[in-house]
Amino acid sequence: MSSATRRFTSTAMGALTLAAALLVICPLLLIFGFLLYQGASAVNVDFFLHLPKPVGEVGGGVANAIVGSLIMIALAVSLGLPVGILGGVYLAESRDRRLPWVLRFVADVMNGIPSIVFGIFAYTVVVIPMRRFSALAGGLALGLIMVPIVLRTTEEMVRLVPNALREAGLGLGLPQWKVSLRIVIPAARAGIITGVMVAVARIAGETAPLLFTALGNRFWQQGLDQPIAALPLQIYSYAIAPYDDWHRQAWAGALVLITLVFLASLAARLATRGRAVAR
Amino acid sequence: MGDGIYVKGIRAWFGDSLILKGIDLTVAPNAVTAIIGPSGCGKSTFIRCLNRMHETVPGARVSGQVLLNSEDLYAPGVDPVQVRRRIGMVFQKPNPFPTMSVFDNVAAGLRLGGVRGKARLPEEVERALRHAALWDEVKDDLDKSGVSLSGGQQQRLCIARALAVDPQILLMDEPCSALDPIATAKIEELIHDLKKELTIAIVTHNMQQAARVSEWTGFFLMGDLVEFGVTKEMFTTPGDKRTEDYITGRFG
Repeated sequence: MSSATRRFTSTAMGALTLAAALLVICPLLLIFGFLLYQGASAVNVDFFLHLPKPVGEVGGGVANAIVGSLIMIALAVSLGLPVGILGGVYLAESRDRRLPWVLRFVADVMNGIPSIVFGIFAYTVVVIPMRRFSALAGGLALGLIMVPIVLRTTEEMVRLVPNALREAGLGLGLPQWKVSLRIVIPAARAGIITGVMVAVARIAGETAPLLFTALGNRFWQQGLDQPIAALPLQIYSYAIAPYDDWHRQAWAGALVLITLVFLASLAARLATRGRAVAR
Repeated sequence: MGDGIYVKGIRAWFGDSLILKGIDLTVAPNAVTAIIGPSGCGKSTFIRCLNRMHETVPGARVSGQVLLNSEDLYAPGVDPVQVRRRIGMVFQKPNPFPTMSVFDNVAAGLRLGGVRGKARLPEEVERALRHAALWDEVKDDLDKSGVSLSGGQQQRLCIARALAVDPQILLMDEPCSALDPIATAKIEELIHDLKKELTIAIVTHNMQQAARVSEWTGFFLMGDLVEFGVTKEMFTTPGDKRTEDYITGRFG
């Protein structure tokens, strides 16, 4: 191959990979741009601070839905984070072969289960016995969706921690559990946080599992054992309604949701920037 | 004061392959014992058997006795964690904890091991860093990340980290193989000072290094201890033809 042809091939392949990368982020930019175009006009102070107005009245906000989503995400994280991280560390650090293999398989199956099934599960174990829809049921459904995502990312990240660090800890006379907890997890921290943020972003937008667990609520929630509003639910009910004002509110809600997820991811990135990443 | 280690008939496996074929060797107290031999001869495996690190690798197995103060470290009921506390280890590549500062690296064994109160921690860290001949270079940078130091400093940091928990024995697995000659010279000088207080076993690829730092040398070949003796004699009048071939550079 002549050097001119080689240079041409190199440039062409470089351009192709760049084009592919741009193609990947194109949909995201288009969606975000479209949301800004459709929803920005409805986003104002009232939107963040007020309850929805009664049917027929224009204006009002989704303050209760924003708070409701945050509450349920907090509930989900308090379940999904410890279970996912500790389980992931177990999968990566265990010397046993069979049980981790089974757990890994189950986690991958869970990852593929449609989210509405988790809703049905939470409905069966929480809503039916309690005889009412509740924030707890919604949080459980979302938390279960988080678990396999956090579990598998944590496992991957913990595996990337060089074995030399484990040996350094063991060589100091530290028990295995302390090496995992105090040396390996901190070294994999940035990657684990990224995994948690991916999971949070995923559940923040989940609608189906909330339909018959959290149910939705046009007012402030009365407690964790009561029906609760959530942004995706609010967007859903506004979007299918026949009123133009509600459509605008749905667009605005979607814009707020995507912005919240974006800001949370950004904050997590900044918080872990410059920290040691698993080498 | 350091203690000696008496190794009796140590055999070690990785899965089905026998790596050490029955080693008897004495690591003399307050002296440096060098383990030399070509790659794959089992010298690293051998010192990893002394503090029960070998068995941390999946599929690895050990049989035989390792006596420290006439206590068999492989007797049933002996906690490997306690063994490693008494027998410290320094590895081939410097491996400071990347998320910890210089101070925290040295304090890690004490803090995470939970043996002593926190009040004396700064003194203990200073003592360990002085012992590792690193104090003067890092005393103003104790808060800096451990991995921000140079390679030679990182290795001395790892030595300080091992010394902080007051081991009786220090095992060094090719501690200079990733370092330049100047950093190597510093570590060798350090080894010379350290043997006054503890017992050292060092694996090395570098025969000049073995000759410089050790009193005793063992030559390993394919899982056997071919020859063991006083370093000076071994390097001037080797008793075995294979030892002579190796130290004169005919193979390896």
